[in-house]
Amino acid sequence: MFRQLLGRLGIFLLSLVAASFAIFVITQALPGDVAAVILGHGATPEQLAAKRAELGTDRPFLVQYLEWVTAMLGGDFGRSWFSHLPVTTLMAPRLGVTGSLVSGGLLLAVLIALPLGAVAALRRRQWPGLLTSATAQVGMAIPAFWAGIILVFVFGVLLRWLPPNGYVPLGRDPGRWASHLVLPVVTLGVIQAAVLVRYVRSAFLEVLAEDYYRTARSIGWTKWRALSRHGIRNASLSLVTVLGLQLASVIVGAIVIERVFVLPGLGSLLLDAVATNDLVVVRGITMVLVFAVLLINAAVDISYVLIDPRLRAREAS
Amino acid sequence: MAKSTALQSGARARLRTLSVLVAAVALALTACTGAGQQAPAPSGAPTAGATSAAPAPAPEETRTLVIGATAEPQTLDPTATDAAAGPQALLYNVYETLVRLDAAGDLKPLLAQAWDVTPDRLTYTFRLNPAAQFSDGTPVDAEAVAKNIERIQTGTTAPKLKNQMEVVVGTEVVDATTLDVTLSRPSVTWLFDMAGAAGIVMNPEGFDAAGSETAGSGPLTLDRWTPGDSIALKRNDAYWGTPARFDEVTFRYFKDPNAMNASMLSGQLDIISNLQAPETIDQFSDEGRFTIIEGSTEGEVTMAINNGAAPEGVPAGTGNPALQDVRVRKAITMAIDRRALLDTVWHGKGTLIGSMSVPTDPYYEDLADLHPYDPEEAKRLLAEAGHENLTLRLRPPTLPYATKAAQFIASQLGAVGITVQVEELQFPRQWIDTAMTNADYDLTIVSHVEPRDVATYANPAYYWRYDNPAVQEAVRKAGEGTIEEYTTEMRNAARIIAEDAASVWLFALPNLVVTKEGVTGVAENANSSLSFDVTTIAKA
Repeated sequence: MFRQLLGRLGIFLLSLVAASFAIFVITQALPGDVAAVILGHGATPEQLAAKRAELGTDRPFLVQYLEWVTAMLGGDFGRSWFSHLPVTTLMAPRLGVTGSLVSGGLLLAVLIALPLGAVAALRRRQWPGLLTSATAQVGMAIPAFWAGIILVFVFGVLLRWLPPNGYVPLGRDPGRWASHLVLPVVTLGVIQAAVLVRYVRSAFLEVLAEDYYRTARSIGWTKWRALSRHGIRNASLSLVTVLGLQLASVIVGAIVIERVFVLPGLGSLLLDAVATNDLVVVRGITMVLVFAVLLINAAVDISYVLIDPRLRAREAS
Repeated sequence: MAKSTALQSGARARLRTLSVLVAAVALALTACTGAGQQAPAPSGAPTAGATSAAPAPAPEETRTLVIGATAEPQTLDPTATDAAAGPQALLYNVYETLVRLDAAGDLKPLLAQAWDVTPDRLTYTFRLNPAAQFSDGTPVDAEAVAKNIERIQTGTTAPKLKNQMEVVVGTEVVDATTLDVTLSRPSVTWLFDMAGAAGIVMNPEGFDAAGSETAGSGPLTLDRWTPGDSIALKRNDAYWGTPARFDEVTFRYFKDPNAMNASMLSGQLDIISNLQAPETIDQFSDEGRFTIIEGSTEGEVTMAINNGAAPEGVPAGTGNPALQDVRVRKAITMAIDRRALLDTVWHGKGTLIGSMSVPTDPYYEDLADLHPYDPEEAKRLLAEAGHENLTLRLRPPTLPYATKAAQFIASQLGAVGITVQVEELQFPRQWIDTAMTNADYDLTIVSHVEPRDVATYANPAYYWRYDNPAVQEAVRKAGEGTIEEYTTEMRNAARIIAEDAASVWLFALPNLVVTKEGVTGVAENANSSLSFDVTTIAKA
């Protein structure tokens, strides 16, 4: 158990190092002189040289990389090249936005996918099951931004039930915070649910073929009771894996959705920083996102043990 | 150990998803550069704004104004960069200047009640309004103004502003409300520049924190800044002049024009400060709900031609030598149907121009028909110059209007026998490096939003690489002359470069403003101060 955890930690750290290097190389490889972009028109060669020295972009690649990594270990992600604000200051208020969106979206996806997946499995040869599977197929094919635009148009512009875009922090007005998050969370959640339904369905189908399920049925339990009593826990093992794997795509989806719904989250900040070539910010956010994904995946591994008593027993022996 | 293999395969799968994420970022870096904001001098006209939020909560008695804008300031200090976004929200609203530009583009008193200039036009005497005070109650005195001039010259301010202030050799505080400013040479443009970001008078107490707090003397002060979303201003109750008509004025920033339009259509916004997707303008055709104002800006969308001059000390550039022949440049101009291009690229909104000058310039002359669309004549000129088989590299920045125009122009030049290779350059970084700094291009397209930028043709080191002593002489005389001489000489310079076909001036960008019913007083034209001045705006 201990050795496995240690191995898992090693993979986690190695992945972080590899990711940080990849991120640095990619951002460094862009052509052009960022000092000229920052200073704008009219900068003299002396001003440019001074700016490069200030940014440190005139130093060798490895020196820049190591300094960046070392500073990050101390919690210092550097300062934006344009606004001169610490990257952590820029990211802090946005973590809540992206966090609300991603967690709300995932939660909604699970809430939709579990019952629908059960229907699709139990009624797989009848019209409710077929309809669910078909709808899920269509849902997966819809691009998130397109779904977002349609929702904005219908509920924001035509009916005016909900604000079409924008954000209000929870601390300022909880009611308006929630109303602004409804459409983006629905967009993200429904699209993710479409993906998830298929996994839930196949996980439940596996359960249906198990002996314990047949036993439960034979002692008189209804299909639904047998499935909810035995099925969910057994199916959740593979679902948690899928959720962990899906996280990266949920985050990428959130970036698009933040743009469509004009949410000031990490994704918007990332896209803005890319557009202005504020590479310090780009690196910082990417590292945070990578860290989140790796961390959640490590947590998924650990959660296997919690979900599956057989694994715990095996560890103990 | 069944589990350890499960762990390892899970980890492998997850490394894959991780690489997907990294790849997505890489893709974003290389491809997703369409929304070039933070436009430096030659700017991406269709700039972009950011994320959003909500009009401030409006209890009945609060009077609010919500403005949708595209380019978001990176810092609250409008003098720190030459981006237009800072002055747009803050100039005249939060920060004031000695003199201001009104909607007609004329200089008017603001912090200075009056000003005189000596006959040699070298010393200006400003008489400050004794009532003027900063939002913390400190008076705006001559000492503070002098400190601000010094700050622009020596502080960490944008090189563009330093250049504008470079002509100042000294300031003298005569008394608390009188300041003398001495110039090294007469300059007509200096006073105009003082009405813009360079002339901002900031409370010297606030210099150090200017990036994240405001310290102005205007009718509004900062309420809260939510980066990526909005800047909310509130009424300055201690304002020394006419009080603001609104309790809260919010600038909301949108990167995506469709999101801004949706916000306007749903009633969240009172004003769209400048519509970035002109093809969507028909969404606001309901006259009972919206008013559309079509004015002008200082922006010229220009196809630069590499004229090939290589002064000492600047990279030689890689312009095709054929472009040094004026017949070839004229042929290129005449091969392009600019009316059709404007219809394609900017929905027909905007003005056709024939030189680096817009209709609101005091020296404007309509030269749009100097080299009219005539493909036959273009072919004849190319044959005469011996360049029937010309191949040119058109390297537009990755900005939507530029890439769209590039495709259109490539096909039209193809029709007169010029082969055009279109190679997009990532904006801003790669474009600035390749086209602007190194002149590594034959043709490129960008919008120039600087006011009075015909003067750039007097600088052979500028990326046009255009070296014409007649233009340099005219621009020099204009800068040092009287207002009348300025007008004459600038008109002269604009005409020479047009006759020389130094660039192809595709069109002047329109100022397309949409207002909600009941909103009045929005300036029709965007003037060179770059301010979106809310002091003139009222809401029924």
